[in-house]
Amino acid sequence: MRDFSYLRANSLDAARQAAALPGAMLLAGGTTLIDLAKCGVAEPDSLVDITHLTGLNSIDVNERGATIGALARMGHVADHADIKSRFPAISEALWQAASAQIRNMATIGGNLMQRTRCPYFRDPMNFPACNKREPGSGCSAMGGVTRGHAVLGTSDACIAMYPGDLAVALVAFDAIVHLGERQIPVDDFFLLPGTTPDKEHAIEPGEMITAIEIPGTAAARRSTYLKIRDRQSYEFAAASAAVGIEFEADGRTIRDLRVALGGVATKPWRARAVEDALKGKGLEPDAVRAASLLAIQGAVDHGANHYKIELAPRVVARAILRLGETA
Amino acid sequence: MTLELSLNQQPAHARQGSSIGQPLTRRDGFLKVTGAARYAADNHPPGMLYAVLAVSSIARGRVASLDVEAAKAHKGVVEVMTPQNRPALAADPDAKDHPFMFRLDLLQNDQVRYPNQSIAVVIAETLEAATEGAALLSPRYEVLPARVGLDGAESFVPRGVGVGGPAVQHKGDVEAGLKSAKTRIEATYETPAQYHNAMEPHAIVVAWDGDTLSIDTPSQGLAMAQGRIAGLFGIAPENVHIRSPFLGGGFGSKGMISGPQILGILAARLVGRPVKLVLRREQMYGPVGHRAPTRQTLRMGMDGEGRLTALDHHAKTTSSTFDDFFEPAADASHTLYASPAIATSHDAVRLDTGTPLFMRAPGEATGSIALESAIDEAAYACGMDPLEFRLRNYAEVEPMTGKPFSSKALRECYRQAAETFGWASRPLQPRLMRDADGFLTGWGMGTATFPAIMFQAEARAVLKADGSGVMETGAQDMGQGAWTAFAQIAADGLGLDIDQVDFRAGSSDLPNAGIAGGSGHTATAGMAIHNAGAAVIARLADLATGDEASPLYGAGNEGVLARGGRLYRRDDESRGESYAEILTRAGLTEIEGHGKGAPDPASQENYAKHAHGAVFAEVKVDPDFGQIRVTRLVGAFAAGRVINPRLVRSQYYGGMIWGVSFALHEEAITDRRSGRIQNANLAEYHVPVNADVPSVEALLVHEDDPHVNALGIKGVGEIGITGTAGAVANAVWHATGVRPRRFPIRIEDLLG
Ligand SMILES: Cc1cc2nc3c(=O)[nH]c(=O)nc-3n(C[C@H](O)[C@H](O)[C@H](O)COP(=O)(O)OP(=O)(O)OC[C@H]3O[C@@H](n4cnc5c(N)ncnc54)[C@H](O)[C@@H]3O)c2cc1C
Ligand code: SF4
Repeated sequence: MRDFSYLRANSLDAARQAAALPGAMLLAGGTTLIDLAKCGVAEPDSLVDITHLTGLNSIDVNERGATIGALARMGHVADHADIKSRFPAISEALWQAASAQIRNMATIGGNLMQRTRCPYFRDPMNFPACNKREPGSGCSAMGGVTRGHAVLGTSDACIAMYPGDLAVALVAFDAIVHLGERQIPVDDFFLLPGTTPDKEHAIEPGEMITAIEIPGTAAARRSTYLKIRDRQSYEFAAASAAVGIEFEADGRTIRDLRVALGGVATKPWRARAVEDALKGKGLEPDAVRAASLLAIQGAVDHGANHYKIELAPRVVARAILRLGETA
Repeated sequence: MTLELSLNQQPAHARQGSSIGQPLTRRDGFLKVTGAARYAADNHPPGMLYAVLAVSSIARGRVASLDVEAAKAHKGVVEVMTPQNRPALAADPDAKDHPFMFRLDLLQNDQVRYPNQSIAVVIAETLEAATEGAALLSPRYEVLPARVGLDGAESFVPRGVGVGGPAVQHKGDVEAGLKSAKTRIEATYETPAQYHNAMEPHAIVVAWDGDTLSIDTPSQGLAMAQGRIAGLFGIAPENVHIRSPFLGGGFGSKGMISGPQILGILAARLVGRPVKLVLRREQMYGPVGHRAPTRQTLRMGMDGEGRLTALDHHAKTTSSTFDDFFEPAADASHTLYASPAIATSHDAVRLDTGTPLFMRAPGEATGSIALESAIDEAAYACGMDPLEFRLRNYAEVEPMTGKPFSSKALRECYRQAAETFGWASRPLQPRLMRDADGFLTGWGMGTATFPAIMFQAEARAVLKADGSGVMETGAQDMGQGAWTAFAQIAADGLGLDIDQVDFRAGSSDLPNAGIAGGSGHTATAGMAIHNAGAAVIARLADLATGDEASPLYGAGNEGVLARGGRLYRRDDESRGESYAEILTRAGLTEIEGHGKGAPDPASQENYAKHAHGAVFAEVKVDPDFGQIRVTRLVGAFAAGRVINPRLVRSQYYGGMIWGVSFALHEEAITDRRSGRIQNANLAEYHVPVNADVPSVEALLVHEDDPHVNALGIKGVGEIGITGTAGAVANAVWHATGVRPRRFPIRIEDLLG
């Protein structure tokens, strides 16, 4: 491990200034960053510890929506009574993520910024070729072990999957990322790999996530996060879906539908085609299943991850139908 | 030395009679949950340096260059050990004097024979500096293509499998048996490479003093490690002092001292200071053993009543290119089911991997999952209930050898477990059961078995004039509770309350307790303890019965009982006196006795000795997602005398959970181009988490075995994994109608 300096920031401005320096990185819960430093992916010259900043860990929920401070812990948000009642998908996405120990340490800001689990990305010592780490160096994953790689949003440069759960729910409900003054829709915050897989977020040096804002909607209130994986807990998604529904006054016709996918794409994946196909219709199981197939339009597999293409629409369909049952 | 042990004497439990059979809690439990237990890597002798391995990126080839200068220039780096300056050894690390001696990679040359092989050691003032120094070595390689996978090289028939058993065996005429059969099945199953993944990584803290070595390192076999180290360094074994008071798991990977541990000793010799070397998790995927993958094909023939007419079990497996360990998977078919014709055979390929090693029922677990799956298929092909089919083929004598069993309460295991599970209401056809939530529900079963193995062990017992006792043996507690069970045996052997016995273990300075492996530690070291106790009691009885002043005078050895710190006349228990009185009158501060534990050659010759069990599993499978959850496991096991029911039950639980792990979770995934394992960490190499194990029940079936040893102990450590893995696989079939053919069973196997 390379030597680095450690700075405990005591104000937001100090943190942003220090983080703007080349080689500097923000340190929140450390559950991603320390891991990446150990495997040689992150080689910070300086760490700027933001966990002592005050006022960034609040969770405010009212009629208009929820604002969650970047330093709020995953575990706290998952357990928050108002989040549970008004944004069940957010709470469910969080408590199905990682482990209890990690959720107690990890922050919401850090969670959005977690990096891919692509094993080649995480092993620079043995696999120098990785376009995400070293633009232009190639991709070691293609032709290798790909069971966990993305089938949606891939490019010739990179097929790495975005592994997080929370962001999937955020994308479904049009959350806004607050970078101090600047605000940006979460769907635009995450970037497709394209030819620049090294650039994952619309965030500039010296910027920092300060909060996440989620508009309060009827669809968010009736929402769920369904995560499928081999192991019951402590595993990233094989495929997941965040879904929210609002019915018309008749209680049957879909007025608003939100669908986003996790575990299958290079970024949290909003499936608007599914939404559009079902809006204005009833929850007829066959129609839902047929519409859910639109979620994987354009999917491309790389061998071992083919099953995700089969699995993802089924997860979407189940999540939608399950929400309908609770009507 | 082992102060930790004496700190935690059990309070006197409300108990009647002997210590053996009492459900005492673990003596090390308090120390472990409070963090007071000191593991090897917790040691920090003055002046200690940190050593970090540099390991190879490639699977095969040679190291062309290392930037030693760059590493040495890094602040804090003291020395870099490479083949150029590695201190000389007294023995060739590639020599193999016996099957239990494994070839080691100790920087003997620049050749690379598997990924993660050690290619240099960086020694520094801090862990961070040593780690960075290792990174700065920037090795360059001459690379040869990696040989990967069960078809990655030309296959051959190994000379021996396991610890040297024949690779090919048969009795009767399998082909004739198949031909005459009314029903036949043939099925192939694949099991993956698995890695032990003990929670505690291999670690060593070592200090040289002249030609004497002081070592803290986890070991499942202290005396063997001591001998191996002495041989490699050309020093007397008594000069090698190894302490191993606690192990954070071993599972076989700490049975033999590994290459990296020896490199720690070499590093300390090179720099002339104490050194600590701890493997990183990913470095445990190579030099410390693994379970090799297998591809197994079973053929079975059955007559009109569902009786086996032939059983053929072939296993293909892998070893390294430079050493021999062949997973004896097909041998699982030797002991369980009666058949007039049985054939087992193995072949293997040599790959660019580290050498496989004993791991969690080596051969037994791997073979069991295939055999139990095939038995399930055979039962179905005959239209029979799987339990009925197993009973129809119940082996009254060991099928392969014809020897009688020393004891076998398997019928009772089947009965108790089936009843507790509620097996009787199981439909024969698959895919018929659904629960209220719409999950496909399946019930499966498997037979568990594991040989009752004994090694060689010694113990020393002391009785003191204050009436207390000491029992010493270099036994290893991997976390299974061995020291608690041994202390119980010691207390009974000495006729003392357990609180009056100072049980000492975990050091190579103590008598050789053999190896904590093969599920034979309790039987072996337990018998040594039992015999040492008997020897010192016999001396005490000699003193008493020969002393006119004693109420026991003239009673003779046979006529004396030891209990509660007193000797009694067998014919008149009102006449007796305390150990303290006897020793004090004799003017002795203490007396000692020695005992050995070893298999009895005569009973070895005459009997087949195995523990048995039956495991029933319930799984639920999501019909759309193929997601499998084990919801219920019930096992019943008969394994001779139960020393401590709480610990034994825990061993069964642990074994059964490893069975779930085998069926559904564990798999090392190799990049076929480089030969590297791509999930060499505990985030992606999966074992079950708590949520994967909702309900486990283990029933202890009574079994008296007069032949295995005087205490009647078989072994409980590994049997739980056998039977369970197959039971889960069979339950998955029963739920879905899809027969698992490769393990672990994954979502994509059931998506349909
Ligand atoms: C074994 C394991 C399993 C996991 N499983 C899951 C899972 O199933 N689902 C899931 O969603 N996640 C999972 N995670 C990821 C986990 O949720 C993240 O590690 C965690 O949320 C990161 O938060 P942190 O506060 O620890 O971030 P840190 O490690 O401190 O930081 C992560 C990154 O974010 C940057 N950063 C931190 N805060 C800010 C900020 N305010 N503004 C801008 N940048 C910032 C840091 O510089 C760093 O680059 C798993 C992690 C592990 C180790
Ligand atoms: S998939 Fe992306 S992250 Fe993985 S090796 Fe290829 S370029 Fe790197």
